[in-house]
Amino acid sequence: MPRVVFTSHLQRHVRAAEAEVSAATVGAALEAVFRAQPQVRGYVLDEQGELRKHVFVFVDGRRAALGDAVRGESAIHVLQALTGG
Amino acid sequence: MRLHVGTRKGLFTLESGSWTLGRPAFLGDPVSAVLLDGDSIYAALNLGHFGVKLQRSDNRGESWSEIAAPAYPPKPEGTDDKVPWKLVQIWTLEGSGRDLWAGTIPGGLFHSTDRGETWTLVRSLWDRKERQEWFGGGYDHPGIHSICLDAATITIAISCGGVWQSKDGGATWQLAAQGMHADFMPPERRMDQNIQDVHRLVQSPSRPGVFYAQHHNGVFRSADGAASWQDVPAITPSKFGFAVAVHPQDPDTAWFVPADKDERRVPLDARLVVARTRDGGKTFAVLSKGLPPQAYDLVYRHGLAIDDTGNRLAIGSTTGGLWLSEDQGESWRLLSAHLPPIYCVRFA
Repeated sequence: MPRVVFTSHLQRHVRAAEAEVSAATVGAALEAVFRAQPQVRGYVLDEQGELRKHVFVFVDGRRAALGDAVRGESAIHVLQALTGG
Repeated sequence: MRLHVGTRKGLFTLESGSWTLGRPAFLGDPVSAVLLDGDSIYAALNLGHFGVKLQRSDNRGESWSEIAAPAYPPKPEGTDDKVPWKLVQIWTLEGSGRDLWAGTIPGGLFHSTDRGETWTLVRSLWDRKERQEWFGGGYDHPGIHSICLDAATITIAISCGGVWQSKDGGATWQLAAQGMHADFMPPERRMDQNIQDVHRLVQSPSRPGVFYAQHHNGVFRSADGAASWQDVPAITPSKFGFAVAVHPQDPDTAWFVPADKDERRVPLDARLVVARTRDGGKTFAVLSKGLPPQAYDLVYRHGLAIDDTGNRLAIGSTTGGLWLSEDQGESWRLLSAHLPPIYCVRFA
């Protein structure tokens, strides 16, 4: 099953545990995580359900969008873009 | 008595007497707005990556818990609204008890009747067609930075969207910027109430018909409940600025922090000063005792606070300078020159 991993930077604000989920797309994988950990949703997605502007998702090392497919053994990394000072 | 200071890197609290800095809350996180209500403190965070969050403490800052942040409803398909229906920043928080209001970028006013557990977008304002004429002032999108509450009358100011007022608790709204002028606009739009760039609006608690506004193009005063506005040309040493405070018991006394207009936005001639009127804007005294003679500190919209007695004021600058006056601005003392950029100061 795809594995979803959250940046350690997020852990400072909210508990976001690594999870293995059954899903065919990035978006479905995240939804599965949010069902179990609803507190994480607002940190990754905005209120329109889109990835936050400064949050990136990588699937198996390649930057991905919510609609992109994932494979059973995929690693989905949710991390922050590097902005600000 | 405490002074709360919201900065680019956390919320700082100073206790009266020594006025020394305590341990900051949310160190590293931008604190865009603070509201104090008895033992409760509300802090709006603007996390760079992870969105806008709202935190509440019910024990004067001993511990905090996250509560709901205002959220915009789904943007309708096919709308030609150019503004994203996404919370960019909580710019101001007002209210008390269960009844709270949040002014936000990109221009939505939110209301909570349960101490911030849930928030509702005030559609009676958001759905006004005039909103499409608003534009950003200092940010990409328009925002509500001032909310004045007086029973059922709510008066708000928008950069850049003028002054709007509701006399029925937010059910209906009217423009209330008659007499303001926007000199940066084409001549035919100069007096347009809906595009005025009010930088900050305050209402006299002791005579609610009196308002002061620091506007992009000068200072304005209203004595008729914001029905009409009069220019205050006596403001000195310059008419540009962001902050204004009004005395809680004396509607004729107000303070401003003028700056070199608007291409530079630093103190005029590098002298940080506070301007005070005691006669409703007819004359001003320029107060500088204790303020630095060579300074480039800019005091932003929410960077000037007054306490309930009307004697104590604080100013905080975008370069991290914090000053306190305990004699209505006659003299000032430096509390810190080394804070992160200061967004807001508030006494509790």
